[in-house]
Amino acid sequence: MDFTLVVEQTLNGLQLGVMLFLLAAGLTLVFGIMNLVNLAHGSLYMVGAYLATWFYQLTGSFALALVLGLAGTLLVGVVVELVALRTLYERDHLDQVLATFGLILFFNELIAILWGRAAIYSTLPEFLSGHVQLAGNLRYPLYRLLIIGVGLAVALLLWFVVSKTRLGMLIRAGASNRAMVAALGVDIRLLYTIVFGFGAALAGLAGLLAGPIFAVQPGMGEMILIQVFVVIVIGGIGSIRGAFLGALIVGMVDTLGRAFLKPALSAVISPAAGDAAGPALASMLIYLLMAAVLAFRPEGLFPVRGGS
Amino acid sequence: MTSRTATLMAILLLLAAVPPVAAYFAEPFYLDLLRRVMIFAIAAISLNLILGYGGMVSFGHAAYLGIGAYAVGVLSHHGIDNGWLQWGVAIGASALVAAAIGSISVRTSGIYFIMITLAFTQMLYYLGVSIAEYGGDDGMRLKVRSQFSGLIDLNDPTAFYYLVFAILVLSLFLTRRIVDSRFGLVLRATRSNEARTRAIGLSPYPFRLTAFILSGALCGLAGALLANQTAFLTPEFMNWTRSGELMFMVILGGIATTAGPLLGAAGLLLLEDTLQGWSVLPKWVQEHWQLYLGVILVLVVLYARRGLAGLLPGDKHE
Amino acid sequence: MSEVLLETRQIRKSFGALVATDGVDFDVREGETHAVIGPNGAGKTTFIKQLSGELRPDAGQIRFAGEDITALAVHKRTRQGLARSFQITSIYRDFSALDNVALAVQAHAGHSFRFWRPAREDRNLTDPALKCLQQVSLQDRAGVLAANLSHGEQRQLEIAMALATQPRLLLLDEPVAGMGTDESQRMVELLSALKGEKTIILVEHDMDAVFALADRISVLVYGRIVATGTPAEIRANQEVRAAYLGEDG
Repeated sequence: MDFTLVVEQTLNGLQLGVMLFLLAAGLTLVFGIMNLVNLAHGSLYMVGAYLATWFYQLTGSFALALVLGLAGTLLVGVVVELVALRTLYERDHLDQVLATFGLILFFNELIAILWGRAAIYSTLPEFLSGHVQLAGNLRYPLYRLLIIGVGLAVALLLWFVVSKTRLGMLIRAGASNRAMVAALGVDIRLLYTIVFGFGAALAGLAGLLAGPIFAVQPGMGEMILIQVFVVIVIGGIGSIRGAFLGALIVGMVDTLGRAFLKPALSAVISPAAGDAAGPALASMLIYLLMAAVLAFRPEGLFPVRGGS
Repeated sequence: MTSRTATLMAILLLLAAVPPVAAYFAEPFYLDLLRRVMIFAIAAISLNLILGYGGMVSFGHAAYLGIGAYAVGVLSHHGIDNGWLQWGVAIGASALVAAAIGSISVRTSGIYFIMITLAFTQMLYYLGVSIAEYGGDDGMRLKVRSQFSGLIDLNDPTAFYYLVFAILVLSLFLTRRIVDSRFGLVLRATRSNEARTRAIGLSPYPFRLTAFILSGALCGLAGALLANQTAFLTPEFMNWTRSGELMFMVILGGIATTAGPLLGAAGLLLLEDTLQGWSVLPKWVQEHWQLYLGVILVLVVLYARRGLAGLLPGDKHE
Repeated sequence: MSEVLLETRQIRKSFGALVATDGVDFDVREGETHAVIGPNGAGKTTFIKQLSGELRPDAGQIRFAGEDITALAVHKRTRQGLARSFQITSIYRDFSALDNVALAVQAHAGHSFRFWRPAREDRNLTDPALKCLQQVSLQDRAGVLAANLSHGEQRQLEIAMALATQPRLLLLDEPVAGMGTDESQRMVELLSALKGEKTIILVEHDMDAVFALADRISVLVYGRIVATGTPAEIRANQEVRAAYLGEDG
């Protein structure tokens, strides 16, 4: 096996991992603190990708597009929270699932009305489109390295906010004991809106980072959302640390599985077996991993509270 | 007979009268549409057993629809057209997969259960996508409909219609018996109050798991019917949006009621059909019907929680 | 003296730094009504939950009818004859009163994996269930949805459900909590009728009820049993007065 290829795929896995983390971080808090099943989180990712792409086409400035895209997603997120989700906090999970499922249909179709059903593509500005010479013959796209950098920076920032600030203290308390936070005299509705907006912005950030490397199209949010669910189940609901490690594990396993399972099976068993079972097994790998984790740790790797 | 049962009987009689009426007006399209409605009603009935009576919010029920369809498609692909065998495998394979998924997911509850059932169904979806032999992404055409040793010909739209109708009636009757039985009493008890159920000496797990398997098996049969209905199958049968639609059917019709899934399946499919194809509606509605469906869905969940069954005349409590 | 039915040996349970149960030795004899009292925060709830199986002790042993049940799950303890009522009423609110009790009968009788015959028409379930309702004088309310019963009736229903599992030991967690004078009077009468017939552990704040019913009383303070004795002995106990009764005036 080629060493360069292994390093490259590991970096790809890391990049998918931080992307999943950006989505999982906000969602796991929404699950943990508000006990709300929000399927529409993927829609915010989509909105972020579309807004950033659109603003870039309009303004021609990548930096400006990032800022406007982020602000726009935050705004959409807060509006969704105020208009639709607020009434759902006290409802049971079934209602939450169905109502947010309705929101997904709505957003996908709205995007299709505004930008059409076909994928749109955004190009990278000159200064980000190059490659970096990492070692010998290993060249890696600069933009993907940037994504990894941004993801890790956000993780660090989140760690700081959650473990060192008063807001973080409330978030941690909220994830393990909602009644207690209410008893502290905190405006719980405001806390909810802040956390939700925060999560929306992170989802938007993931979306706008994804824009230049993935196809931007209606429904793009749901593909990744279900992977994010796997991340959260593995990591444990409400745990940022769990979301981070879960995201890296899922990102790595998925990427490396897709890259190396087929050749590995071909080499170990037979080329025919590799061709037949490789892709199928690779696409199922993260779900099998989730099943294995759940068999031993039903509350995920970093459980925040018992039961639900 | 309660007035509720009478209403359900009336609906079934209406369904039984569809083929001659459609033939009279030479509108075979309605035969096809209502057969589709009934097939989805069977799937929704199976979901209602665990979602409505068992309180298990399964967001992955489309998996069994897919497994049932693939059982028919794969066997047919390998030249086995025997319907008894195909449908038997559809039911058996669905029960097996439900047992595997259930043994892990039923131990959890709340958000975990929802996400896990969704994730496992997604896994099967990707499995379907990645097997090139069976058409991968594009799916495959069913060359011959299931053969029942000359007993019934599924190529005859009316005969197929009445077969689906019979299975629908049987499913309604069967689930009603199960819900009212000793087993059903425990199942409803685990939904109503889990701690109390343990305190009287019953562990919810085996009851939930059994219901989960029964439900999967029945949905597998619906999948076999669906494959014959469309004469075509794709991994899209297992798409997560399909699971969401099944849940919506149960809610729209009226959760934990006998007639609910049938009403819900009819309501949703006819609504979809109307939004898409009713020429009275402006083109921009027809083209973007999902936008309106999404809004209607949110409104139903927020404001019409009792569903269509709640509108029917009848006693308030089943 | 009759045999010991349930005993705990040095059971201990802590939540972080808080020691909620601090090495409790406790026993209940066959046929007696044994009350557990103590001020708020004394660890009564934690103690009861360990007896019923909702919590597992960190250390120590619980024995019931001669067997070690320390690690046994809730539903298995019930099968062995340990039934309970909850501090906060726990019934099937969307079932009729009769169905509530019939389910408990069924849980005890077994054969729950039957899928065909309607349970409501099963005399093997409904007859014993009606008898249990009679025992708590709810026979006239059998068909009423449990949610529509009064608070007092709901608590009576809970006792009927416990009785339906034919327990050897009844664990009653504050059975008269939240009741008016009349209702609690009725409940005390009902429990007096059961007294002697069943072994009962009674956790209760209402001192009138405790002294009316108990054969023996154990006093739990800060996770420890400070005294056990007859009602007269407990009344006279200086330590109990200082730690507990003194507070009530």
